[in-house]
Amino acid sequence: MRHILSLLLENEAGALSRVAGLFSARGYNIESLTVAPTEDPTLSRMTIVTSGSEDVIEQITKQLNKLIEVVKVFDLNEGRHIERELMLVKIRAEGKDREEIKRTADIFRGRVIDVTDRIYTIELTGTRDKLDAFLEAIDSAHILETVRTGASGIGRGEWILRV
Amino acid sequence: MQLSGAEITLRCLAEEGVEFLFGYPGGAVLYIYDEIFKQDKVKHILVRHEQAAIHAADGYARSSGRPGVAIVTSGPGVTNAVTGIATAFLDSIPMVIISGQVPTRAIGLDAFQEVDTVGITRPCVKHNFLVKDVNDLASTIKKAFYVATSGRPGPVLVDIPKDVSQHLAEYSYPSSVSMRSYNPVIKGHAGQIKKAVQMLLEAKRPMIYAGGGVILGDASQLLTQIVRELGYPCTNTLMGLGAYPATDKQFVGMLGMHGTYEANLAMQNCDVLLAIGARFDDRVIGNPEHFYQPGRRIIHVDIDPSSISKRVKVDVPIVGNLADVADEMLKQLHASDAKPDPQALAAWWKQIEEWRGRDCLRFDRSNTEIIKPQAVVEKLYEVTNGDAYITSDVGQHQMWAAQYYKFDKPRRWINSGGLGTMGFGLPSAMGVQFAFPNDMVACITGEASIQMCIQELSTCKQYHLPIKIVNLNNRYLGMVRQWQELQHGNRYSESYMEALPDFVKLAESYGHVGFKIESPADVEGALREAFALKDRTVFLDFQTDQTENVFPMVPGGKGLSEMILGSEDL
Repeated sequence: MRHILSLLLENEAGALSRVAGLFSARGYNIESLTVAPTEDPTLSRMTIVTSGSEDVIEQITKQLNKLIEVVKVFDLNEGRHIERELMLVKIRAEGKDREEIKRTADIFRGRVIDVTDRIYTIELTGTRDKLDAFLEAIDSAHILETVRTGASGIGRGEWILRV
Repeated sequence: MQLSGAEITLRCLAEEGVEFLFGYPGGAVLYIYDEIFKQDKVKHILVRHEQAAIHAADGYARSSGRPGVAIVTSGPGVTNAVTGIATAFLDSIPMVIISGQVPTRAIGLDAFQEVDTVGITRPCVKHNFLVKDVNDLASTIKKAFYVATSGRPGPVLVDIPKDVSQHLAEYSYPSSVSMRSYNPVIKGHAGQIKKAVQMLLEAKRPMIYAGGGVILGDASQLLTQIVRELGYPCTNTLMGLGAYPATDKQFVGMLGMHGTYEANLAMQNCDVLLAIGARFDDRVIGNPEHFYQPGRRIIHVDIDPSSISKRVKVDVPIVGNLADVADEMLKQLHASDAKPDPQALAAWWKQIEEWRGRDCLRFDRSNTEIIKPQAVVEKLYEVTNGDAYITSDVGQHQMWAAQYYKFDKPRRWINSGGLGTMGFGLPSAMGVQFAFPNDMVACITGEASIQMCIQELSTCKQYHLPIKIVNLNNRYLGMVRQWQELQHGNRYSESYMEALPDFVKLAESYGHVGFKIESPADVEGALREAFALKDRTVFLDFQTDQTENVFPMVPGGKGLSEMILGSEDL
């Protein structure tokens, strides 16, 4: 099953490679991993999307907790949560396709952030499914380049992950 | 007062009470070696290869319970140390390794003797640090000792660039350390412990399975008290030998791949299992699917939450410091009105004694022609009154040492159980002898393993270490040959040792005493003579039976009750 893990870790050189190294050394899956400093510059917030049986997810959580630089680990699947991913996609938009692509982007609440006479570059935010659906809605021959950040996650309501 | 990074390093080690620093100098650590020269609090021990520095620090740590400390230079110094570090990591040994690094301005430029030390060692240390600013040095070393020795222990490496060891900083050693991201659990959950005690008291066929964690956590005495008060059978893992006295009647021997018939069958057939400081390793329980028994309930006590339910699902997990948990268990046992069911227990012991009656460790003791390796270990046990520190290398000799030397005390049996590192025996024996200069130390080895760190005979000479090397020389990579015989149709691919040195002459060339023993009649005399030479390193080269195999054996991938007891079972 797909799980989305939220981590707080020391904002130190090498912390990311410890996490990445753990996943490769123990053969765990990483679907995506995002990381950036938080409002407290000594801490980074990481979101890892992974998949595995309940036993494997339990081991992943325990092994992450063992890393000295990891301060907190939370499996967002344990509660209600929101996840978002950002995608930048460069699409060939010429002639009659130009209007159709713009309309599709509007339906998905995407924004055109760069234009040439042959190309639209579109910014789109949403869940993985929504981004996938947008790409499916566009003729694949028109898609020139996609850049996706991987999911970032946060708990719903008053629940807060902090030190 | 402003001190150089090198001087700060030595001051910190002295503050931590470090007696011995096992190491080998080189370019990146020259400032630190200069400070070693200028002080007399920390004694440096010069080994002949960096791997040996780490194994020696490891042997010191395993035998004394204090952290081992080693120092190596950058580049090849570190890569040579990696085998030792991984050995300590797999067996959770508290250790601090200081490594030199090229100057900060040269890092990343493929400088002479540069490797990414933090990157190379990351998967085999509990934690590591690269110190980029001399002002962080003292607090980093403090953290290194704290992390290495607390929680589940392990090796911690501190990488110090050459310029950092040269730069000056104000020195003060922190009196305590607090890390928001590292808070090892100490006390076990009282409710869980209560549940565990109840479950133990309800057992009809109980079994206690104790591992190396009991020794590392200094919980042997408490465990022994629990086992005796309950009257239950107890087994130890390879790493746990000595946690419960081997000569006690409640001890059913080591379990696992080369464990006893009675220990393995009791593990398989018990209804309540208390696993303490052990991790259901593949060499211990074999195939986990075969190990699973529907009616059996398992209590698992360990300091590391990730050890619990990793290979085997357990019913009552308890995370905590083993001595604290065992102490609480004893209290609750005393407070409980329930008592073990005497009838069920008597029937269970009757069954175990029946299994014990198979005498699975028997071997041909009457042979007067050829030396049986098991007999050498038995004689060593007799000659030393079971009171020596025994280190071993890896292979058949290691298993015979574990099976036939009866360890009654913790920290007496020093071997590489997790990583299985050949070459560990001699350098770790040096570390033990430094920790206990007046005790008997023997290294049980084979002619293949001993050659992986043979250069340390030179270190033994320099420091007058009276280690007795018991070489069970069968002219084969014995364990490899055994597997090839049993599982690969007797095709002995590269397992024969040709062109062996004359070990007696080799020992003599290093300034030691060497004996070659070829007849069973001479085994005891040679051992007695060796131990009578109280201030000499003695190399005892026993020419043993080439065809002897280690039994019982649970073949790879099989279950504990699928043991081969001897060649007659094949």
